[in-house]
Amino acid sequence: MSVVAMTVNGKPASADVEPRTLLVQFIREQLGLTGTHVGCDTSQCGACVVHVDGRAVKSCTMLAAQAEGAEVLTIEGLAANGDLHPVQKAFREHHGLQCGFCTPGMIMTAVDLIRRKPELDEETVRDELEGNICRCTGYHNIVKAILAASQEMR
Amino acid sequence: MSGAVTAEGIGQPVRRKEDFRFITGNGHYTDDIARARQTWAYFLRSPHAHARIKSIDTSVAEAAPGVVAIFTGRHVADDGLGGLICGWTVTSKDGAPMKVGPHPILALDTVRYVGDHVAMVVAETLADARAAAELIDVDYEALPAAVALSTCQDEETAQVHVEAPRNTCFEWELGNKAETEAAFAKADRVVKLDLTNNRLIPNAMEPRAAIGEYDKGSGIYTLHTTSQNPHVARLVLSAFVGVAPEHKLRVVAPDVGGGFGSKIFIYAEETACVWAAAKVGRPIKWTGDRSEAFLSDAHGRDHLSHAELALDKDGKFLGLRVKTVANLGAYLSTFSASVPTYLYGTLLSGQYDLPAIYVEVDGVYTHTAPVDAYRGAGRPEATYLVERIVETAARETGIDPAELRRRNYIRTFPHQTPVIMNYDAGDYEASLEAAMEAIDYKSFAARKSEAASRGKLRGIGMSSYIEACGLAPSAAVGSLGAGVGLWESAEVRVNPTGNIEVLTGSHSHGQGHETTFAQLVASRLGVPLDNVEIVHGDTDKVQFGMGTYGSRSGAVGMSAIVRALDKIEAKAKKIAAHLMEAAVEDIVFENGTFTVQGTDKSLAWAELSLAAYTAHGFPSADIEPGLKEGAFYDPTNFTFPAGCHICEVEIDPDTGITRIVKFVAVDDFGTVINPMIVEGQVHGGIAQGIGQALLEHGVYDPDSGQLVTGSYMDYCMPRADDLPNFTLGFTKTVCPSNPLGMKGCGEAGAIASPPAIINAVTDALGIRDIEMPATPARVWEALQSAAPRAAAE
Repeated sequence: MSVVAMTVNGKPASADVEPRTLLVQFIREQLGLTGTHVGCDTSQCGACVVHVDGRAVKSCTMLAAQAEGAEVLTIEGLAANGDLHPVQKAFREHHGLQCGFCTPGMIMTAVDLIRRKPELDEETVRDELEGNICRCTGYHNIVKAILAASQEMR
Repeated sequence: MSGAVTAEGIGQPVRRKEDFRFITGNGHYTDDIARARQTWAYFLRSPHAHARIKSIDTSVAEAAPGVVAIFTGRHVADDGLGGLICGWTVTSKDGAPMKVGPHPILALDTVRYVGDHVAMVVAETLADARAAAELIDVDYEALPAAVALSTCQDEETAQVHVEAPRNTCFEWELGNKAETEAAFAKADRVVKLDLTNNRLIPNAMEPRAAIGEYDKGSGIYTLHTTSQNPHVARLVLSAFVGVAPEHKLRVVAPDVGGGFGSKIFIYAEETACVWAAAKVGRPIKWTGDRSEAFLSDAHGRDHLSHAELALDKDGKFLGLRVKTVANLGAYLSTFSASVPTYLYGTLLSGQYDLPAIYVEVDGVYTHTAPVDAYRGAGRPEATYLVERIVETAARETGIDPAELRRRNYIRTFPHQTPVIMNYDAGDYEASLEAAMEAIDYKSFAARKSEAASRGKLRGIGMSSYIEACGLAPSAAVGSLGAGVGLWESAEVRVNPTGNIEVLTGSHSHGQGHETTFAQLVASRLGVPLDNVEIVHGDTDKVQFGMGTYGSRSGAVGMSAIVRALDKIEAKAKKIAAHLMEAAVEDIVFENGTFTVQGTDKSLAWAELSLAAYTAHGFPSADIEPGLKEGAFYDPTNFTFPAGCHICEVEIDPDTGITRIVKFVAVDDFGTVINPMIVEGQVHGGIAQGIGQALLEHGVYDPDSGQLVTGSYMDYCMPRADDLPNFTLGFTKTVCPSNPLGMKGCGEAGAIASPPAIINAVTDALGIRDIEMPATPARVWEALQSAAPRAAAE
C-alpha cells in the first residue's frame, strides 16, 4: 500500500492504495466520484475517459500511481460554478444520450476533441469517436451534439 | 384529451428531464451504490463447455486473506432453493410439453457451458475474492460438447440434459399445414432459401451487477439489481427460487445502463447475492466484468432455417413453409422458449397476404450460454427470413422488388393471418413510397454506374417489415403458454400542493419514460412538466408491474396511466362540483382549471388538490378525501408497427469493406408522444441491425465450446465510424387497440434493418446470398468465388 496524491476537479485528493490500483478505481472507490464508469476490460469502450493534465485518457488503462501529482478532471468537475459545459448542454439539447452509461466518457472525449480540433466535420467526429462505444444511440445524435457544441464554442 | 397543445405536450420533442444526472455524472447505477460493511462476490466459472464435477475442495480458498465465505451448488441445494425457471411453456407437435432440465443457481454435478457458475466467493475486497477463487480446487471430468447448431441433434452428439433426447427441447409448429401443402402443389414457382440468423451478444454498456442485503431484525431482503423488470425478479425469486416470501423481498432496479432484453432475465448472480446475504450477515456486492457479460449474459438470435415460398405466375404469394432449428443454449432462460416460437412464427406473414403458412421450429440445447430475447426477440429472425426470400423471389422472377411487394401487400384491415396475428391497421404502400422517395430510388442506376467508374460496387436493398409488440394481451399469451400476464399498472398520486407522482410498472433504462410519461400527464392535467415526477423501479414504491421490453411501455404502460388519469379526472370533477356547488355534469376541466359551464366560477388545480386533502366539509358518504387513483391496463391486441427500410451500400472490391452510403427508415408507430425520443430509438435499433448484418457474431469453437468472441477484441461492436447518419420518416395509422393509438418503437430498427442491408450487399455483389455478418472477409471471398481476380489488377 502506498499513498497516491493528485488534484481532482481542482481539489487535492489522496488515498493509501495498493500499487496495482487503476486510476478509475481510485476515482470511483477512493474518491466516491462514480460518474466515471467501467464498461469493458480491454480498454475499448471509453466509458472511463477522464482528463489527466488536460488530455483525454482511459482511466482503466492507467494506474493511479501514474497520475501522481497530476491534474485530473472528471465529468463531475466539468460544469464550472454550476453552469453546464457547452458539450453537456449540447448532449441534452440534441438527445445524445439514452441510458447515460457511456455518456460521461463520451462527453470527456468530446471536450478533448473540440479543444484539439476546433473545426470539425462529421467524418472527423466519427473517426475520433472510435474509442467510445455507445449501444443505445447509434451515434447519430452524439455526432450532432458534438458538432453543435464545437460550433458554439468557436 | 382536455390538455391544450403546448410546447411540453404530446407530440413535442421535449428535452429529457432525466438527462441532468447523466450528463453531470450523478447517475446511480448499481455499481455506484456502496453499502456499509459490504462484501464483494466473485463467481468461479466453468472453463469447460461440458464437464462432470467430481469434487470441489474450497478448504484452501476459505483460508485465503479476506475471505468471508464460499458457496457451492451443494450449499444452495442443502438450503432447498429452487432453480431458475423459464416462464413460458411451449408444447410440441405431439402434445408433449417442452423438455426441461434443471437450471441450478450454482452447478451441482455438471457444468454445461463455458462460464457456467460453479462457486461464489464472498470476501472483503474484489481482489481478495478473485485471488481466493483461483485457490478453489475443482476436479472436472471434461466431456465432449454439443456446440454446432447443425449437428446438435445428431444421435452421436453429447447430451446437454438427460431429459431432452437429441438435445431437442421442443418440436413446435404453427400455421395451416394442409392449406400450405395444397398451395405448394399448385404453385407455378417455388423459391428456396437457407438462412442463418447469426448469434449475437447484447452488450449493454453497463455490465450486470447486484447488491444483496438482509436485515436480521425485520427479516427483509433487499436486492439492488440491473433489471428491466424488478417485480418479475421479485416474483421469480420468491415463488420459484424460494429466497424469501414476496412480502419480505424488496427489489430495486436503479439507473440501469441499457438492457435490450438481456436484463429481463433472472440470473444466478443476483440470486446468489441476495440469498447468501442472510448467510453472511453483510451486504454482498457483485459487478460483472465485460468478459463475464460475454460468457453469461443471455445471447440472442442463432437460428438455422430452410424456407420455401410458393408463387403463381403473376408473382402472387401462395404459401410459405419454414423449418427452423433455434438454439436455446445450455439452459432455458426466463423467456427463452417464447422467442423462436410465438414471437417468431407469428410474424412469418410479413406485410403480405399469405393465405397459407406452415412453420416448424425445433428448439435445441447446446453447450453454450443460454439464448433469450434480444432487441426484437423473434421478430428480427422472422423479418430476415421473409424479406430475404421475397427479395430472392424478385430476382428469380425478374419482377422489380418494389413491384413484387406491392402485388402482395395486405390492403384491407383487420387482416387475420394464418399464424395467429390479426393485423389491425396499416398502410404498407405508403411507407414503401415514402422510403423510395427519400432515398431517390429511381436514380439508383445512375449512382451505381458512377460508383462503378470509380471501381466500386453499389447495391440497394429494401425491407418491408411488420412486427408485433406492445406485449401483450394476457389471455392471449396465457393461452399460448405464458406463465404471466402482460398488462401494466400505473398509480397517479396528486399531492396536496398539486404536484404529481406517477408510479409506473414500466422501467426506463434509456427510453426516456421520466419525460414522455410526464408529457402525457402534464398535457392531460394542464400542469407544468416539472410538476410531474415519474417513479419506477422499486418494488417498495410501485406495487406491481411487468417491466419494460417488447416495446410495451408506450402502448401498455402509458395506457395504464391514461386509465388512472381518467379516474383522477372523474374524482376531481366530483370534488370541484362539490366545492363550486354545481352538478358534476356542468364541470368543465381544461388547461388545469375547473369551471362551471355557463358561469364565471373557476377553481385552479392547486386549489382543488389542497381541498381534496383538507377535506373540510366533504360529503364523506359520497367522496373520500385524497386524490390518488390506480389502474391496471390489459391490452386487447398486440400492436403492429410497420414500415419500409431501404439501404444503399458501396463496396470496395479490394478490401471487401461495405460502406453504408444512405440508410432510410420510414416507420408507422401510430401516435408519437416525443418524436425526438422515437427517432433516438430508431437510430439505436438500426445501429444494432447494422451490427448484426455487417459486424457482430457470437462464435463458439465447435470442438471445445470455448467462446472465441469473448471480448471487444474479437466481437465487433458498431462504432461511430462504422455507421452513417440515418434518414428517418414517419407515416401514421392510428393503433385502434389502445387509448393513445400508440404502436411502440423500441425494437423496429433492429427488426427491419438486417434484410435491407443484406439485400443491398447481395445486390452490389450480384450474388444470391451471403451470410451475416457480411464482414469484409466474407464479401471479399464471395467476390473471389464469383469472379476470381487476376494477381495483378
